[in-house]
Amino acid sequence: MSLTLTPPDKMADKQSTDQWFASAPLTESSVDLPDWYQQIQASSWEQFCENGGPTRLDQNWRFADLKKVRLSGLLPAPEVDSASSVERALRNRLEAFAAHFVFVNNRLVHSETGSLPEGVICLPINEALAKHSDLVQSYFLKEEGCLGGSKFRQIHAAASLSGVFVHVPRGVICEDPILVNHFVGGDSSTIFPHTLIVADDNTSVSVMDTFQSIQENEETYAIGNVDLHANNGANLQYVAFEDASDTGAKHVQLNSSKAGRDSSIKSAFVNLGAAWVRNESINHMADSGADCQIYSANLANGIQEYDQRTLQVHEAQHTTSDLLFKNALYDNARTIFSGLIQVLPGSHHTDSYQTCRNLLGSKAAEANAMPGLEIDADQVKCSHGSTSGQISDEEIFYLQARGITAEDARRIISLGFLNETVSRLDCDNLKEFLFSRIERKFASLA
Amino acid sequence: MSNSLKIENLHASVEDTEILKGLSLEIPKGEVHAIMGPNGSGKSTLSKVIAGHEDYAVSGGTVHMDGEDLLALEIDERSRAGFFLAFQYPHEIPGVSNANFLRAARQARLPKGEEIDAVAFYKEMYAKMDELGMDRKFTARSVNDGFSGGEKKRNEILQMMMLDPKYAILDETDSGLDIDALKIVAQGVNSMRSPERGFLVITHYQRLLDYIVPDVVHVMHDGKIVKTGGKDLALELEEKGYDWVTEELAVA
Repeated sequence: MSLTLTPPDKMADKQSTDQWFASAPLTESSVDLPDWYQQIQASSWEQFCENGGPTRLDQNWRFADLKKVRLSGLLPAPEVDSASSVERALRNRLEAFAAHFVFVNNRLVHSETGSLPEGVICLPINEALAKHSDLVQSYFLKEEGCLGGSKFRQIHAAASLSGVFVHVPRGVICEDPILVNHFVGGDSSTIFPHTLIVADDNTSVSVMDTFQSIQENEETYAIGNVDLHANNGANLQYVAFEDASDTGAKHVQLNSSKAGRDSSIKSAFVNLGAAWVRNESINHMADSGADCQIYSANLANGIQEYDQRTLQVHEAQHTTSDLLFKNALYDNARTIFSGLIQVLPGSHHTDSYQTCRNLLGSKAAEANAMPGLEIDADQVKCSHGSTSGQISDEEIFYLQARGITAEDARRIISLGFLNETVSRLDCDNLKEFLFSRIERKFASLA
Repeated sequence: MSNSLKIENLHASVEDTEILKGLSLEIPKGEVHAIMGPNGSGKSTLSKVIAGHEDYAVSGGTVHMDGEDLLALEIDERSRAGFFLAFQYPHEIPGVSNANFLRAARQARLPKGEEIDAVAFYKEMYAKMDELGMDRKFTARSVNDGFSGGEKKRNEILQMMMLDPKYAILDETDSGLDIDALKIVAQGVNSMRSPERGFLVITHYQRLLDYIVPDVVHVMHDGKIVKTGGKDLALELEEKGYDWVTEELAVA
């Protein structure tokens, strides 16, 4: 497999284009996609074919294992029997939800409405493109990206999408989370999950995407994009829960957040599964009072690799952001964290924090961290840092002195270490759900 | 089988420096003993050695709890056998809630496969928290994380109440406490005094012993018990200072 893309030759060009643009599920449904969207698809495909992929010289790919990055030979995920996936999704979901969608190999196979308030648009992205073309257009793929994943953004933009569009109209509070499951199966199968959330003025909404494999040991790909827009005074929460097979699944997710005046966006990556994950997260504090909180809890074992790159851009005065990423690593696992805080000229009175902590559970595990800071304003409070270490003997002693075995003590402390990020999210049910999943993975390591 | 926590001729060192130099002490069940002594006399070392801290090497002597050789047990086994240490500086465990921590400690005492009764557990914990004047919110907070000195010490007493030990050592539980917190902590300890339990209260100051009145007071100096008496000994020490004991030793 070549490391960078081999552009399709002229003969095969048309065929490849069809394969990605008009592939299922679009050909199976009779959705009329708007012209502006089809133009984006076409131009993105051209860019994808012309531009080079990630290279070792690119700072945004420093420490990354480029052997794991693949951009050719991907296949659109085929239609498969989805019954068992749907059954799994329903069995493991949160009790209370606003709406629930299940996508299997890029196709919507189940949707259900729970406590979704009136007026909220919550639709599969293709249906939203057809029914709310203008609204979607004003928010669709506005983030150009600068963290290395442009090649993935281009193929994502060219391909048929799965995932949901959510628009919460002014003043509406959506109490329970919106749940979306993405399953993928089949060797080289690729899905393109897209999540676009627009929280209008003084609203509240929470969305969780869960990524899973139909079965183990298949080399599958998910190339996803998530854009979060919080308008004035909105509260938006988003969680990406990666729970796919750790023996084959690969996942690229490009996130962007744009927080408007006095709004707050919490976004979290919880990575337990997949063999390789690349998360990029760009966070714009675009107007005064804007706040972004970016969290990640990663439990990596075996030969799992989690590669995360973040940017916190303060574009206005009186804005705040806080990033806390935590990695617990075992066996030969690797993590990479690269984060940058940028305080743009004139963005005075900014508070910005960035912390990456690594708990090393084995000698062979490897945690790389590259925190960074660029300040171009006054009256700014910023801190950034990273630490790596093992559980302290004093902590273990304290738990042991209460009768807990050393082995259990290690597990409880590690679990707490990761839980510190999850505990900062909203919605108790959601936190308990994530906590129990992390706990379950820890139990499986013992 | 003796019904006591019995320490005989205990020698222990940290990094080749001997700190306990042949300490002997017996706390019969039902009694409260106090150890007083100047800083550096080895009081905290004694508590850590009995709890099993690995930084301390025992080079001689024995510790028996109701006849059982405590030094032969792992740290967690000592706790499950009925020994409790209330720490002078309780450790912070970020991300682990108090409720989960206590639950894990209680669960560790059950036979394998048996699950704790969550409803009964919470009921019991809330009742004990009320006794110690602790807010309910406290159960969801991380263990000792961001706690004030007083909250940490109350938390130690709550753990002691929930784990119901046979013998407990309270290591300078009064340090960092204001008088109101001290009274509450003392009340918690007093409520646990029983013919079935022994206490060893380690303190630098006599003040705590106004609220937890000991049956026996020991004075520790240079790794040994140098004087033993009734509760009045604490008052005498407060009045005359520790120099009085060391001078008396020098004369003898």
